[in-house]
Amino acid sequence: MAMIEFRNVSKWYGSFQVLKDCTTKVEKGEVIVVCGPSGSGKSTLIKCVNGLEPFQQGDIIVNGQSVGAKTTNLPQLRAKIGMVFQNFELFPHMSVTANLNLAQVKVLGRSTEEATEKSRSLLQRVGLIDHAQKYPGQLSGGQQQRVAIARALAMDPIAMLFDEPTSALDPEMINEVLDVMVELAHEGMTMMCVTHEMGFARKVAHRVIFMDQGEIVEDATKDEFFGTPRSERAQQFLSKILHH
Amino acid sequence: MFSNFDYDVIQRALPYLWQGMLTTLGLTLLAMIGGIVLGTLLALMRLSSIKAISVPAATYVNLLRATPLILVIFWFYFLVPIAIKHISGDSYAQGIGPFHSALIAFTLFEAAYYCEIIRAGIQSVPAGQVNAAYALGLNYRLATTLVVLPQAFRNMVPILLTQGIILFQDTSLVYVVGLTDFMGAASKVAQRDGRLVEMYLFAALIYFILCFSASYFVRRLQLRITPPR
Repeated sequence: MAMIEFRNVSKWYGSFQVLKDCTTKVEKGEVIVVCGPSGSGKSTLIKCVNGLEPFQQGDIIVNGQSVGAKTTNLPQLRAKIGMVFQNFELFPHMSVTANLNLAQVKVLGRSTEEATEKSRSLLQRVGLIDHAQKYPGQLSGGQQQRVAIARALAMDPIAMLFDEPTSALDPEMINEVLDVMVELAHEGMTMMCVTHEMGFARKVAHRVIFMDQGEIVEDATKDEFFGTPRSERAQQFLSKILHH
Repeated sequence: MFSNFDYDVIQRALPYLWQGMLTTLGLTLLAMIGGIVLGTLLALMRLSSIKAISVPAATYVNLLRATPLILVIFWFYFLVPIAIKHISGDSYAQGIGPFHSALIAFTLFEAAYYCEIIRAGIQSVPAGQVNAAYALGLNYRLATTLVVLPQAFRNMVPILLTQGIILFQDTSLVYVVGLTDFMGAASKVAQRDGRLVEMYLFAALIYFILCFSASYFVRRLQLRITPPR
C-alpha cells in the first residue's frame, strides 16, 4: 500500500481549475521532488495531502485514510504528517523549545519533560541546541527553517511534506537546510518536496514529478527525468533552471 | 475671574470626589474586561464561515454601533426592569440598580467596538501561522487560543488600551441614571455649593491628567512592543 496516493484530484478556485485530474503515488520511504513553473499548482497539490487546501474531486489516501472523506479526523491525520513551509511559520511568541513542545504536549499528550527531551534531541540533531531558549526572531532564516523541520519531526511523522523550504532563504543558508533534508532522506523518511533545488533532487530523489498548469505532466524516475524528459514542457523548464 | 476662586470647596469635596472616582474606575475596568471577553467571542463568531454564527454577531455589532451610548444606558436602566416585571409577572420586582445596569450597558456597548478591533487583530495574524498550527494537528480551538489570539492581542494591546481611555471618558454619562461617578460627584458638589466654575474646571483637569498620561503610556508601549518579525 502506498503511503500517499492521489486519485484523480481536481481543484477549482471559482471557475479556475488549479489541479487537473492529478494521479500519482508516494511509496513508503520514497523521496519525491515536485517541480514546475510558478503557478503550476505544485504547492496546492502538496497542501491537499494534509487537507490544508480542500479539493472538489477525487481523493487522497494517506496511510489508508481518505483525506477528502467527511468522517476523517483531520487534526489526527495532520498530526502524523510533518509539514515545512516556505516562510518557516514558527510561532514568534514562543521560544524555540516551546515551538517544538506545543503540539507534542497538546496533541500527542506527552508530558512536558518527555516533550522537552524529544525537542532537545532533535535540536541537537539539526545543530541548534544552543538556541533552544531563543525566540524565532533572534535566529537567521536557515536556522528558523531547521527549527521548523525539527518541530515537524517532533511529532514522529510517517511522512514529511516540504513546500519550497529553501525559496525564502539567502543563498548561503540554503545548504544548511538541504543537508538536514538529505540526512532525513538517507534515513528512509517518506518525503514529498516541492523545490527547485535540482541538486537535491539529483542526490536523493527517487522520482521527480513535473507539473504545469495544474497537471502532472511528467512522473518519472530521477534518472529518466534528468536523462531525457519525455515532455517538451519539462525539457524547456529544465533547460531554463539548469542553465547556469 | 480667578480672584473670587474658592479652592477650599475642592479641598472639602475631595473625599466625596474620591468615592466618585472609585466608581468611575471600577466601572471602566469591569466594562473593559467584560467588553474584551465578549468582544473576542463576537469577533470569532463574525469570522466564522458558518452564516448562522457570523450573521447574528454582525447584526449585534452593527446594531450597537449605530446606537447612541446614552440610549443603551437608558435601556438597561429603565426598560430592563419593566421587562423583568413583565416576564416574571411580579409587579414589585426590583431593578438591578444603577451601577449594575450601567455596567451591563457599557459591557454590551463596548463589546461591539472591541469586537471590531479584535477582528482586525485576528486578521493581522498571517494565514501561514494558522496553517502551521493546523499542520501540527492542532484543532480550531487550540490553534485559536494558543497561536492566533496571543499574537493578535500582542498587536492589539495599544489600541485596546486606547479604547479603554475612551470608555473611561464615556463613563461620565452615567449621571443620567443618577449614578455618582467622578463627574456626578463633581456636579453634585458644584450645584450644592454654587461653585460650578471651580468644580467643572477641576473635573476637567483631572480627566485631562489621567487620560493624557494614559495615552502617553500607551504610545511608549506601542513603540516598545512593535513585534520583532
